[in-house]
Amino acid sequence: MVMQHVSGADRGRVVLYALSTCGWCARTKELLTALGVGFSYVYVDLLAGEERDRVVREVERWNPRLSFPTVVVDDAKVIVGFREDEIREAVGA
Amino acid sequence: MPDPASDGEVDRFMSDLASEAEAGGYHLNPDREFTRGLVRGLLANRERYGYISCPCRLASGNREDDLDIICPCDYRDPDLADYGACYCALYVTADVEGGVRAADSVPERRPPPGERRRQKEERALAGVAPGTLKYPVWRCRVCGYLCARSEPPETCPICRVPRDRFERFM
Repeated sequence: MVMQHVSGADRGRVVLYALSTCGWCARTKELLTALGVGFSYVYVDLLAGEERDRVVREVERWNPRLSFPTVVVDDAKVIVGFREDEIREAVGA
Repeated sequence: MPDPASDGEVDRFMSDLASEAEAGGYHLNPDREFTRGLVRGLLANRERYGYISCPCRLASGNREDDLDIICPCDYRDPDLADYGACYCALYVTADVEGGVRAADSVPERRPPPGERRRQKEERALAGVAPGTLKYPVWRCRVCGYLCARSEPPETCPICRVPRDRFERFM
């Protein structure tokens, strides 16, 4: 399984696509953690081969620029970048 | 996964980057902890790919395809001009460094993968550059330094004078 899970309040299916080297991805992960929201995350730069290709296609479907962090809530709401207000609003926190 | 860089390596590299930046009229983000994280990311990418690609972008591992995101990336200067910081925020403008204003959030300027593939094919087909200028040419009125880009640099990298000493040359 590619995704790591952080347990917390159920605010829908919250997925964070991130890079392990990126400061804004780190801030996004810290924010979600601080908000106490349950979420899954994956460091796309640490994947390889078919697994990476599959996740890259998944990110591109939500965010064609393939930029990070990309947060997807309930397979519907997409937030690109560390946009604190938008992330708070999307997870209702 | 290769071994992560030691704190000593990170500090040394950050100090080198800061000296180079200041010598060229650029500034590292004064938020030291945040910047250390980015520098750690640059070193991780150097270990992985052999070059310091942007810590906030997904590198392909193919140097030719990643040339535009090797730090300092092709997008740093326009992002500094428009937002006061580069995309990952390793570099900031003088007024952001000095706390006069905060950097804006920087949207991704790099074209999406499909567009980059198309541009690459176009470049291969185009071959020789056309006769018209793609960018204006700016001249430093103090030292004569010329550069072809959308706007003059914040500080002349040669003689250190500010942007308002530049004039449109071509």
